[in-house]
Amino acid sequence: MSRRDPKYTGSPWEHFAQWRRGEYDPSAGRLETRPPETERRADREAALLRSYVRADRRDEYTLGLAKRIGGFNRIYRALAVVLALFLTVLLLVTVSYLPAFGDISAPENNEVAQRYIEKGLEETGAVNIVAGMILDYRAFDTFGESCVLFVAMCCVLLLLRVDKEADPHSQAVEDMSDRFFEPHHNTILQMAARILTPLSVIFGIYVVLNGHISPGGGFSGGAIIGTGLILYLTAFGFARTGAFMTERLIKTLTVSALTFYCFAKSYSFYTGANHLPSFITPGVPGAILSAGLIVYLNVCVGIVVACTMYTFYTMFRKGGF
Amino acid sequence: MGGSIFTNYEEITAVVLFVIGLMDLLMQSNLVKKIIGLDIMDCAVYLFLAAKGYIAGRAAPIYVDGILDASHYINPIPAGLVLTGIVVSVSVSALLMALTICLYREYHTLDLDEIMILLRRRETEEVRRLTRESGEGGGK
Repeated sequence: MSRRDPKYTGSPWEHFAQWRRGEYDPSAGRLETRPPETERRADREAALLRSYVRADRRDEYTLGLAKRIGGFNRIYRALAVVLALFLTVLLLVTVSYLPAFGDISAPENNEVAQRYIEKGLEETGAVNIVAGMILDYRAFDTFGESCVLFVAMCCVLLLLRVDKEADPHSQAVEDMSDRFFEPHHNTILQMAARILTPLSVIFGIYVVLNGHISPGGGFSGGAIIGTGLILYLTAFGFARTGAFMTERLIKTLTVSALTFYCFAKSYSFYTGANHLPSFITPGVPGAILSAGLIVYLNVCVGIVVACTMYTFYTMFRKGGF
Repeated sequence: MGGSIFTNYEEITAVVLFVIGLMDLLMQSNLVKKIIGLDIMDCAVYLFLAAKGYIAGRAAPIYVDGILDASHYINPIPAGLVLTGIVVSVSVSALLMALTICLYREYHTLDLDEIMILLRRRETEEVRRLTRESGEGGGK
């Protein structure tokens, strides 16, 4: 044994080394480290379930299959590493032939981008060039995006929705697990939610309505509003949010927003393509009600995104509104 | 090798992130980690697109001080593409998570290898049951 420096004994470094080896617990005797009863019960149940599953798998057939899958896994992993190295080298060689970062003469800086920038304000009235691009020139692309979100929401509803009438047992199980694992009447969370929910919802509305004159827009603002609603739900539970965020309201809002988007933009594209007179004008750049349809379309997208975020959260947490 | 490997740090980072995400997707057997790998790959693509839209010394594409000249702003098109990508990635992640929850409810595990074992055993049991039933039917 090498001699220890006398300064080392009892120093924080020694305690740290002991803590790393598991010999010393700084909170022993000072803090209550035992988990609460509910957590311990959940742990016991999970361990019991795991032991059932493990015992279930301990027959010879399964072990043989596991061995075979293990052998396949080794070859698979070796091939994956080879693929990773090959892909890295290939992509790095490709990157080395690309134009330099920030180069003005790169091929993507062509007349399309120039046209959007030079004519954008005159034709769309939007100060934010990206908003003018995605909600005016390429509005059907954004309509497709909103529909992708809507379809994803429908798929999650199909997969995770718990039908109360058809299956009262699983609904009861979901309700119980929700009450079991989520904190209730958490004062810190409720205070924070009381302050932050109105702020984040108002900020989200601001971001949505200013999407055409500043950075932001329907997608980011909708996500902020959805976050505020989720915070409120986490703090106060389903009884409070269920009073206003019902399935019917979400369905009505989402479908009417998408329908309005579709008809408004069809009208604008039809009149624009046929050089017909239209009552949609770019307006005064920088004003809140300018830029033609862009502000209304931003509101539609914001509604769809906020409802989708909220629905994702409720479905993943409990399987119902 | 081309000349710009020492100037394109952003693109190199995007390549490294992409390969990390792909390896996560291929090597992990946990389904949630696979979804995280897919999201890392998405982020690599956004970084690449955003880096390609940048032009040295220019401002973000929002009109300031009434300047309408194209030589004052960066390329706005990659920003629109990244927006599309983020929305699709969120939708795909949510759908994959929902499917993962369904698999967990069925098999009580998130490990893909264990799910494969349980699935094959269930299949062989089904085949055995069917052959037994058909054998009994033929005996009568």
